Amino acid sequence: MSAAVQPAVSAEVIVFRQRRNVELVLIAFAQLFGFVGWVLTHLNLYDVLPENLTTVAAIWFGLGLAAHLVVRFRLPYADPVILPSVFLLNGLGLAMIYRIDQIPEPPRTDASTQLLWTALGLGLFSAVVIVLRDHRRLQRYPYLLFIGGLTLLLLPLIPGLGVTSGGAQIWIRLFGFSFQPAEVAKILLAVAFAAYLYEHREVLALAGRRVLGIELPRARDLGPILVMWLASLAVMVFQNDLGTSLLFFGLFTVMIYIATERPAWPILASILFVGAALAANAFTNHVPRRVNAWLDPFSNYDANLQIISAQFGYAWGGLFGRGWGLGRPGLTPLAKSDMIAAAVGEELGILGLMAVILVYALLVARGFKTALISPDGFGKLLAAGLSFSFALQVFSIIGGVTRLLPLTGLTTPFMSQGGSSLIANWMIIGILLVISHRARVPQAATAAPQSPQQIDDLTVVIAR
Amino acid sequence: MNGPIRKVTVFVSLLMAALLLNLTWIAVVRADSLNEDTSNRRVRDAEFSRNRGAILVGNQPIAQSVPRGGRFPYIRSYPQPEIWSSVTGWYSYDYARSGLEHTYNQELAGTSSGQSVGRAVDLLTGRRSRGANISTTLNPAAQAAAVRALGDQRGAVVAMNYETGEILALVSTPTYDPNRLATVDLTAEREAWVELLDRPDEPLKNRAVREIYPPGSTFKLVTAAAALEDGMVPSTEVDSPDSLPLPNSNRSMGNSTNCGGTRVSLEQALKTSCNTAFGNLGLQLGADKLLEQAEKFGFNQEPTIDMTAAESVFPTELDEAQTALTAIGQFDVAASPLQIVQVAAAIANDGVLMRPHVVSSVTNSDLTVLSSNPSERLSAPLSPSSAEHLQQMMIATVEDGTGRPAQIDGAVVGGKTGTAQTAPDRPPYAWFVGFAEEPKVAVVAFVEDADVERNDISGGRLAAPIFKAVVEALR
Repeated sequence: MSAAVQPAVSAEVIVFRQRRNVELVLIAFAQLFGFVGWVLTHLNLYDVLPENLTTVAAIWFGLGLAAHLVVRFRLPYADPVILPSVFLLNGLGLAMIYRIDQIPEPPRTDASTQLLWTALGLGLFSAVVIVLRDHRRLQRYPYLLFIGGLTLLLLPLIPGLGVTSGGAQIWIRLFGFSFQPAEVAKILLAVAFAAYLYEHREVLALAGRRVLGIELPRARDLGPILVMWLASLAVMVFQNDLGTSLLFFGLFTVMIYIATERPAWPILASILFVGAALAANAFTNHVPRRVNAWLDPFSNYDANLQIISAQFGYAWGGLFGRGWGLGRPGLTPLAKSDMIAAAVGEELGILGLMAVILVYALLVARGFKTALISPDGFGKLLAAGLSFSFALQVFSIIGGVTRLLPLTGLTTPFMSQGGSSLIANWMIIGILLVISHRARVPQAATAAPQSPQQIDDLTVVIAR
Repeated sequence: MNGPIRKVTVFVSLLMAALLLNLTWIAVVRADSLNEDTSNRRVRDAEFSRNRGAILVGNQPIAQSVPRGGRFPYIRSYPQPEIWSSVTGWYSYDYARSGLEHTYNQELAGTSSGQSVGRAVDLLTGRRSRGANISTTLNPAAQAAAVRALGDQRGAVVAMNYETGEILALVSTPTYDPNRLATVDLTAEREAWVELLDRPDEPLKNRAVREIYPPGSTFKLVTAAAALEDGMVPSTEVDSPDSLPLPNSNRSMGNSTNCGGTRVSLEQALKTSCNTAFGNLGLQLGADKLLEQAEKFGFNQEPTIDMTAAESVFPTELDEAQTALTAIGQFDVAASPLQIVQVAAAIANDGVLMRPHVVSSVTNSDLTVLSSNPSERLSAPLSPSSAEHLQQMMIATVEDGTGRPAQIDGAVVGGKTGTAQTAPDRPPYAWFVGFAEEPKVAVVAFVEDADVERNDISGGRLAAPIFKAVVEALR
């Protein structure tokens, strides 16, 4: 990070460089990966360049330019690496979906739909950037957002509205469109947690008694936490969705830990989660099957076909992969959505997938960096929570596909096929960039006093 | 709040590191076994669409890959399937492969270590790599004659040039059409497989090399060889009673032919295939000497032929009664037709056994020889003088003994018949093994369902004409 320390009127102020030109070059470079992947797929499969080469190039690079311009004019101090990382991942996802489209005869057109969703996602991203301007405006209605998020999360349980697909009841169908409300719930709940926890962090941290060396909170402060735990338990049991329940509970735990700085919270949460997981293992059919498919997939080729063929794909791809269009990702069920990491591993190789994981890691790292330098506590919490949700999502889905842990049905952010996930994640990037801009903008230039930082520092002193 | 954020960041980097480590684990540890898994369709499809080399007899392919488009750009084709299936074996998607397709799979597919340089060149020049061609030692006339002579019967023929060890004919009947298993129409393939597998005459068995049977009286050649090596001569006389009581048992061994007396010479005993004389010989020599001689011919040893072959068995720890039975090829002794032809070949080649082989060379697609299979001495099971004596005894057997049906005008031929009694409810097996001096060939003919009366002549009657047909095809 290049930063220059400049003297200001009252104190020393760190002035970050804007780095907008760097961002533009990085975006164009990142977009090349997906674009070249698409062209290579076409060349490898059909030996000719795609007919609509220039049109697609214009649309794709135009989208990158548009996103850049919005950021350049609205958030000139935003982190310059976040947006290129997202374009890299989104482009690779699009190219891979296009590649898998080519397997059936006639080819499908899911990639075009996904490109449309990408454009819509970028539209919402721009809307967030333009309309929100200051993330602190999100701080106002924690309970409303909390109830809204919970409602969305549990919406698929309503009979007639929820749709069961692949064993999990996580979709709703409305006016002919299916939608995964958990993706939007993720944003609402993250904002609500951040607001609630930021407001209550002192009580949560300080009031309570010590039991066995762990400081337990008061019962009334425990309320919302227990509600969250029960909600994720409900998701796990009734919606058969391990991934979402893990995601929300993990998000909540990390945010409460950051807000209170008390390790007791993650310890307590881990105990509760393990209890819930054991209960799910004992009382549901879904969870033990997943655990068995993880530990010993080859005991049943038919039932564990998906995870087994993903493993075969990795072995077939080897270190360097078969190349775009030259593998057999179609042999893995759900290669476009849940198992896109398997398709990447097969065609781009173990090394290619490692590179993708590192890009995710870079994105998450920039998110945490934003949290660290953010002057206000709410922004810190929100940036850290959203970054952590990306990390947890990537870890559990890629870890599941590679048999590091039981397979959970989560989307791979920005890569998996699916509109709700894509637009939700683009909106999250919008919020992150807004926080990042607020964090990096020269402090003297903003009119608002930076009181949150002082309170934050004060809190630390009291806590000790 | 920065402290916890830093800690969470460390936690997240641990998660990411775990992902990377696990991927490394897949690439380094798991990949090999995953690629070897038989249900891995990616590997099987790739293998099945490869442009495999041809298996050649002379310049004629008996198995080749022909272009076909689609998911599988090449398909395996067998131009004369019924004649050569015993050698080529099958090459299928679901049911693996057999025969030379199996033993030379890496060379045919182009994946053997010897072909790695060629593969690298192909990769750099952008050529689609092609497997190596396999040249065989087989003789089309002999092979076709054997298939024709065996006809509908279940049986086998192995013909071998005893001076070089080259296999000239290798037939197991009934044959089948491997094209039916090489199809990419997996339903048709499955139906063909089930049908072939369910057939009572078991066409997928390779009776020439992969099955072992009681050798019956052909084993008397081994007993005779042991006797000659022990210092006897063809004129040495042995007791040949009508019935030989088996020691320590209430059973006795009988003769199914007229031995020509109650005390006959070795030569006479072989000519008439006299059971009691050979039973007595076995008792005189003892189990150890029989075992030693049998193992010199290749019993109880991994066959050295370049196809998957079964090990022939000479039982150990025999009591006296069992020794007498074993000496005439009964009890638990079991041999493949390949093993029996090895016995005749060593005798005909003056006591030296040449290593039998089907493949003469492996040639890359650019005609460079990757490996060749030269003629080489495998062992010397008996001395030249014993071999010469035994040759004379076998020639006499054909001139004036049970082997008369094998006589060929104008050719010197030696041989030995055999009928192996198995279970009482099953017909005995008919054998004939022999050699010709011109061409220099040893041939075994084996018929599994000798559906005739149980006497020693059935080997001569059923199997000897097959021997004769193969030798005549080679002249």
